[in-house]
Amino acid sequence: MLYAILCYADEEKVFAWSKEEEAAVMGRLQAVQEPLARAGKMGPTGRLMPTTAATTVRKGREEPLVVDGPFAETKEVLLGFYTVDVENLDEAIAFSKELSAVNPGSTSYEIRPFYVFQPGSSPR
Amino acid sequence: MKDPAWIDLALTAARPQAMGALLRYFRHLDTAEEAFQEACLRAIRTWPDKGPPRDPTAWLIFVGRNSGVDQIRRSARNTALPDEKVLSDLSDAEADMAERLDSSHYRDDILRLMFICCHPDLPATQQIALALRIVSGISVAQIARAFIVSESAMEQRITRAKARVAKAGLPFEAPSAAERAERLPPVMAMIYLVFNEGYSAGMSNPDVAALCEEAIRLARLLQRIFPAEPEIMGLAALMLLQHSRREARYDEEGQVILLEDQDRTLWDRRQIDEALALLDKAIRHRKPGPYQVQAAIAALHARAMTAAETDWKEIELLYQLLEKLNPSPVVSLNRVVAFSKLRGPFEALTMLEPLADALDGYFYFHGVRGGLLAQTGETREAREAFGRAISLARSPAEAAHVRLELDKLREEATAIQ
Repeated sequence: MLYAILCYADEEKVFAWSKEEEAAVMGRLQAVQEPLARAGKMGPTGRLMPTTAATTVRKGREEPLVVDGPFAETKEVLLGFYTVDVENLDEAIAFSKELSAVNPGSTSYEIRPFYVFQPGSSPR
Repeated sequence: MKDPAWIDLALTAARPQAMGALLRYFRHLDTAEEAFQEACLRAIRTWPDKGPPRDPTAWLIFVGRNSGVDQIRRSARNTALPDEKVLSDLSDAEADMAERLDSSHYRDDILRLMFICCHPDLPATQQIALALRIVSGISVAQIARAFIVSESAMEQRITRAKARVAKAGLPFEAPSAAERAERLPPVMAMIYLVFNEGYSAGMSNPDVAALCEEAIRLARLLQRIFPAEPEIMGLAALMLLQHSRREARYDEEGQVILLEDQDRTLWDRRQIDEALALLDKAIRHRKPGPYQVQAAIAALHARAMTAAETDWKEIELLYQLLEKLNPSPVVSLNRVVAFSKLRGPFEALTMLEPLADALDGYFYFHGVRGGLLAQTGETREAREAFGRAISLARSPAEAAHVRLELDKLREEATAIQ
């Protein structure tokens, strides 16, 4: 089953990391992904800029509204995502637990199976 | 989260909001600070065993508030009757924690905390010191190291600044929309002061360089509470762009490397990308301001893969716009530099002349003038200008850089002989 694993975090904390803290977390996250990557189970992953760089297009009465920032003002924001092609939910949960253990900035991981997955056409 | 370093980080992240709320309750800076301090101590004692609370900020405000009230009651028993005004905002002391964290206060609490550091009576250095202490919670020792003064001198400076702010009366009423808008420019200016303190200091002092990161963090915080304010986006973009060059700005001996000579592969692409994203967002508002224009200029440099590819024409136009928005001789000087790249040193020198009186005491003016004169072959005059620049330099790195220009002139002179 192909899952998206959406990582939520308190961005006040994550963007206060020092370079060393950041590098340490990234290294640990990389290590957690290693086994899945080697087994050919890792799909695209991404880390997002802070919500200050975000823009939201919302349905308006007539024209869609373009709003600065994320859709809802919450402490927990989407920080990044993983796509994993794993046997079952248990494996996805186990992976998320490992991610959570090594990322002190994260607050939760939402595991959502894909209906449709298209790798896209962008060369990046 | 049981690791002390992460608890530290959680406390740092929670600080502006928690301090802002405690200041609103107690209406007294020192009381709010002590209450926050006490709450942090308890967090360090209890979080490792019990695990962190779901909302650390709410926890800190709740605990800080209770300990502050205890403190006031205790000292009230020893001294005079309790001051009603001090306790004015404690009427809902029995309400539950969630209610106390009324999010409608969130924005004004943080803004107030930043705003009190920008009192016009405070000189720039005191504004920076106060902001670092009160808003960021950086230790007095670390601030002292950044300013290269003794800890006791910095302690005194901060105490004086606090006294001055308290005397001026802290703005506790919830601000109107107009007042809120008025508070933003000085707060942005204060954040940029913090950044520049770090930026101008160079590589030598890591405590100072950390100020750049802190300023960027404060700008993000401000932007999060005012998400649709394009000047805040501009300010954040400007600082990110300037900071993105930190690894390229100095050579191994700590000498300044000019923008055009920097190794652009050392520029931090991640910060540049974020700045460009912010600038894109800002421009959509069609409300240009000085920070956005300066960021747009910095972005043109960031977009040029080599110095030769720099779009000086666009940069010169942006400096013209900046001269209109924010007229100052320094902006005009920068415009002259851009102009010289387009039209050569002779026309640029003519443009420079009217600025001479206003900028006579400014290092960079004489450096630019010396450079232009050298290009026209006026070696003797160029040497004089560089000599004047050295005498006005604010750091050894700046002086060393001009000396290098002087050496070049000397070498050229010898070559001709």
